[in-house]
Amino acid sequence: MKDKLKSPAAEDEFELLPLASAPAPDGSGGAEPKTKKKRRGLSKRERRERFSTSFFMLPSLIGVLLFFILPFLVVVYYAFIDSNASANFVGLDNFVSLFRNTAFKMAMRNTGIFSLTAVPLVVSLSLALAVLLDAKVPLKSTFRTIFLSPMIVPAASVILIWQMMFDYNGVVNEMLASFGVAPVEWLKSGSGYLVVVLLFLWKNIGYNMIMFMSALSNIPRDIIEVAMLDGCGPVRRFFTIKMRYLSSTISFVTIMSLINSFKVFREVYLLTGDYPFESMYTLQHFMNNTFSSFDYQKLSSAAIVLALIMIVIIGILLWIDNRAGRGLDE
Amino acid sequence: MNGDILLNVPAERLVPRKKKKKITFRRVLFLFFALLVLVTFAALFLFPTVFTLTNSFMSTTEITANYGKVFSGLGAAGNGGRVFIGEKVNLQLIPSKVSFSQYSTVLLRSPEYLLKFWNSVIYVLPIVIFQVVTAAGAAYAIARVNTKFRAIVFFVYIILMLMPYQVTLVPNYLVIDAMNLLNTRWAIILPGVFSPFSVFILAKFMKRIPTSIVEAAKLDGAGEWQIFTRIFMPLCRSTLYSVAILVFLDYWNMVEQPLILLNSDELYPLSVFLSKINQGDTGIALAIAVIYMVPPVLLFLYSEDYLIDGISYSASVKG
Repeated sequence: MKDKLKSPAAEDEFELLPLASAPAPDGSGGAEPKTKKKRRGLSKRERRERFSTSFFMLPSLIGVLLFFILPFLVVVYYAFIDSNASANFVGLDNFVSLFRNTAFKMAMRNTGIFSLTAVPLVVSLSLALAVLLDAKVPLKSTFRTIFLSPMIVPAASVILIWQMMFDYNGVVNEMLASFGVAPVEWLKSGSGYLVVVLLFLWKNIGYNMIMFMSALSNIPRDIIEVAMLDGCGPVRRFFTIKMRYLSSTISFVTIMSLINSFKVFREVYLLTGDYPFESMYTLQHFMNNTFSSFDYQKLSSAAIVLALIMIVIIGILLWIDNRAGRGLDE
Repeated sequence: MNGDILLNVPAERLVPRKKKKKITFRRVLFLFFALLVLVTFAALFLFPTVFTLTNSFMSTTEITANYGKVFSGLGAAGNGGRVFIGEKVNLQLIPSKVSFSQYSTVLLRSPEYLLKFWNSVIYVLPIVIFQVVTAAGAAYAIARVNTKFRAIVFFVYIILMLMPYQVTLVPNYLVIDAMNLLNTRWAIILPGVFSPFSVFILAKFMKRIPTSIVEAAKLDGAGEWQIFTRIFMPLCRSTLYSVAILVFLDYWNMVEQPLILLNSDELYPLSVFLSKINQGDTGIALAIAVIYMVPPVLLFLYSEDYLIDGISYSASVKG
């Protein structure tokens, strides 16, 4: 973020210099506008530019304000009052009762455990596949297309196959039975969690892999070649050179996977409906069920807690990324 | 490399010899294992889609015989006694007799499925078109002139983009409710149009357009509108296209928004409705599942490169 913001600002300063000095050779006439410029800090042309370009962002800005920002302020307000009817300020009471709510705790725990295991898994697996494809394997683009295909195919379209697989009478249990393993209630027990992880991996690996592949292909070749001449093996090349260039992609992919791990509700809902087995009860189930009971206080405080958690996690990842990526001039 | 050239060997002969030397036993071993891993993964990745596709060409009897044991428990038990249900679930890739009966039922005899398909189209098309248009404007303003306010706006957009549905759906719901639009098509379309995702990618791309081009156009007397339509839009064409594909995929798949913002069956898009048919007639569900994946798959096959560019482009927050 910072680097990006800095460079255009620096350009603007450069642009300003000739403009500011241009009227000066004209003599006394140039002196007055010069002081004016200093006060406002902008040339007339720049102000006109700002004014006329601002119309371009109006539609989007109004929409975002109307549908996201302003109502979010209402959400914050709702989180601190006792009910919409009486509207007494109650401080953090709503948050306290939210954290005492068993359904919320269960949903948080499930989503937390899920994200903590599925996100590292999906990041490392997709990085591994990207590295494999980057190593001059035949049929590279065919494999890329195949790995990306689950992202294209709607979740709802293949859900039948998952049901055939993981039903108690389903294919997986039959395969297990042929090895003499007792059947498992995949969708109605703690192992439902494994199914959800599998679905998540299936859906998300391709998308992440593409991001890693593009990052890998952007690593300057000469650095790798120098390392090869110095007798640096492929494994060491990967960990000492490529990883440094990949660090910002890794943190972005982690953030995106984290967000996508919150979306896994989709598959769970399609597989098992509104009330799944405990281990598959996600935050979105909690939100859905709270929506249907119109408990605005619970909803609002839950949304705020989640937003804060996301902001903290994203902040940490970006901070790590900033430290890890130091010294690279991209 | 330099050392080799100094040896005075003709370049044409040097290159093939080097390549031959490179195909070592280790390289072969590596390729073997790499391909083994890749092929295994590829099979796992393709399998659900391919099975859905091939099994949709089975007749109802064949489907009941193969999978009745799974789905009879789910509510299709109505015909339990009369039809043959296999003792075991039999996952069969190729139908023993190709039949289009499921498709003819869906397409000709049950208009309600096509209606849901039409619902999906009606939600997704306006969202894609208007989101890309408004986002292009916002991205232009953010990329073209750099002010503190616009930097903050961009930052807010990024934060919004990174928020999960569990957070954004609550404010969306409140506004839609206040506007009395709950349970109408607008409830899905309006928040979708202003989703900040496309602004992010487009602004990142436009920031790379050199200012010298803009300056040159201005010297030729171009106004902001002309710079936007004649310079920025043509330069961004492929990015616009890839953003549109990503938005399309996202909303074609949507489940969370309709579940919360709509509550009548007639308005549900096919994505939500499919989970309900699944529990009824398996054969029809398979056929409609295939019909449902046709638009995104066709789009993908036609524009895979754009999609990959779009994903690669979104790959870093820093830009």
